[in-house]
Amino acid sequence: MCLAVPAKILEINGDLAKADFGGLIKEINVTLVDAKIGDYVLVHAGYAIQVIDEKEAKETLMLWREILGLGAESNESEKL
Amino acid sequence: MFWRKIFRDPQLAKKIVEKIYEIAPKKDHVKICHICGTHEWTISHYGIRNLLPKNVEVIAGPGCPVCIVPAAEVDEAVELALRGVSITCFGDVIRVPGSKMSLLDAKAKGADVRVVYSVMDAVKMARKEPHKEFVFFAIGFETTAPSTATEILKRPPKNLSFLISHRLIPPAMELMLGIGDLQIDAFIAPGHVSTIIGLEPYEIFPRAYRMPTVIAGFEPLDVLIAIYMILKQINKGISILENEYRRAVTWEGNLKAKEQINKAFKVVGGFWRGLGRIPNSALSLRKEFLEYDAHEKFNIRILKGRDIPPGCQCHLVIIGKIKPVECPLFMKACTPQKPVGSCMVGIEGTCRIWASTIKSDTYQHKFKSIN
Repeated sequence: MCLAVPAKILEINGDLAKADFGGLIKEINVTLVDAKIGDYVLVHAGYAIQVIDEKEAKETLMLWREILGLGAESNESEKL
Repeated sequence: MFWRKIFRDPQLAKKIVEKIYEIAPKKDHVKICHICGTHEWTISHYGIRNLLPKNVEVIAGPGCPVCIVPAAEVDEAVELALRGVSITCFGDVIRVPGSKMSLLDAKAKGADVRVVYSVMDAVKMARKEPHKEFVFFAIGFETTAPSTATEILKRPPKNLSFLISHRLIPPAMELMLGIGDLQIDAFIAPGHVSTIIGLEPYEIFPRAYRMPTVIAGFEPLDVLIAIYMILKQINKGISILENEYRRAVTWEGNLKAKEQINKAFKVVGGFWRGLGRIPNSALSLRKEFLEYDAHEKFNIRILKGRDIPPGCQCHLVIIGKIKPVECPLFMKACTPQKPVGSCMVGIEGTCRIWASTIKSDTYQHKFKSIN
């Protein structure tokens, strides 16, 4: 029930948007978020509940390396 | 989503596990409690428990909204369905046992019970069939409550009303700490609830209870890193609130969603199946929306129900006191096809997850060993 699935916003029409769930296109409600076309959002029960911060997602690996005390690997982020 | 591959990278997982072994206490038992069915799925599906040192235990707390819906509230929905009201609900909810029957049983008796993907579908149905009375059985935690609130605030058609069964996570976490013999050492806080409520409601756990608390995402490496972060805090003898799920969770959470919840609902005490009444843990419609409250509209209020059928150990599974394999009914009288207790119903129920991820020879062996 608290399962939320990431989807990419393709089109926005007022409160509703067309979103791409890895190939499956579905209409979702975007009232609760400030999303724009191209954003990834977390969708729960038909509603986008949060915009995924793409920059943070890409920096997650660096954050993990820092937490693990592994030091930065400069070309690691390119793998993403 | 191209970067997700990295969140499941087996090489990196191996590195994290090595680091976990480096800092884990050598003798002391560490009990980490997560509060989300989706975390339980990640942990069980990816076999994370098997990767951890023997003295690091991860237990599942009351993080499955379907499991904790009290039987009395299912009974209200069943009663309305049998009276001829069309009940709409999420997929798993239809099978949750009531005192005498589930909504699915009511449907088998001819009642109109319809599964919807979203509360929006219930609104559409009510609009399309204006001469029929519809009720949306609104269950779920803070993740789900904003969507119900949004539709109520838009004043849906008058032939749609709501049975509000939403519950709030932080009060249940606090209750868990009051269960003395559980002896929890740290929390993995639920990522998707946190996208809505943010970090602030968890501050109390490290501050007042000295409980390391880490908000985690749902990829296997998110969970492993969160466990590492907790062990690091324990290792250093500190307890702080940390956010591993930065790509989706901010300090303030989703302000719009929180505003919708506050406009439509007030916070009240509520019953949780297996846990009893928890103060300030439920939502109830504000008086300006009482016309949408199915309790008022149909004059129905059932206060007591049979939450735990004979032999069922859901009340102990829900708090992580026992593992599903320790319940005598697990995969014998109680199966995903024919669940006895609510933990075997929903895809986030601990028993249901274990039934689909644990090898049958493992649970048969364990079951024998406790007899």
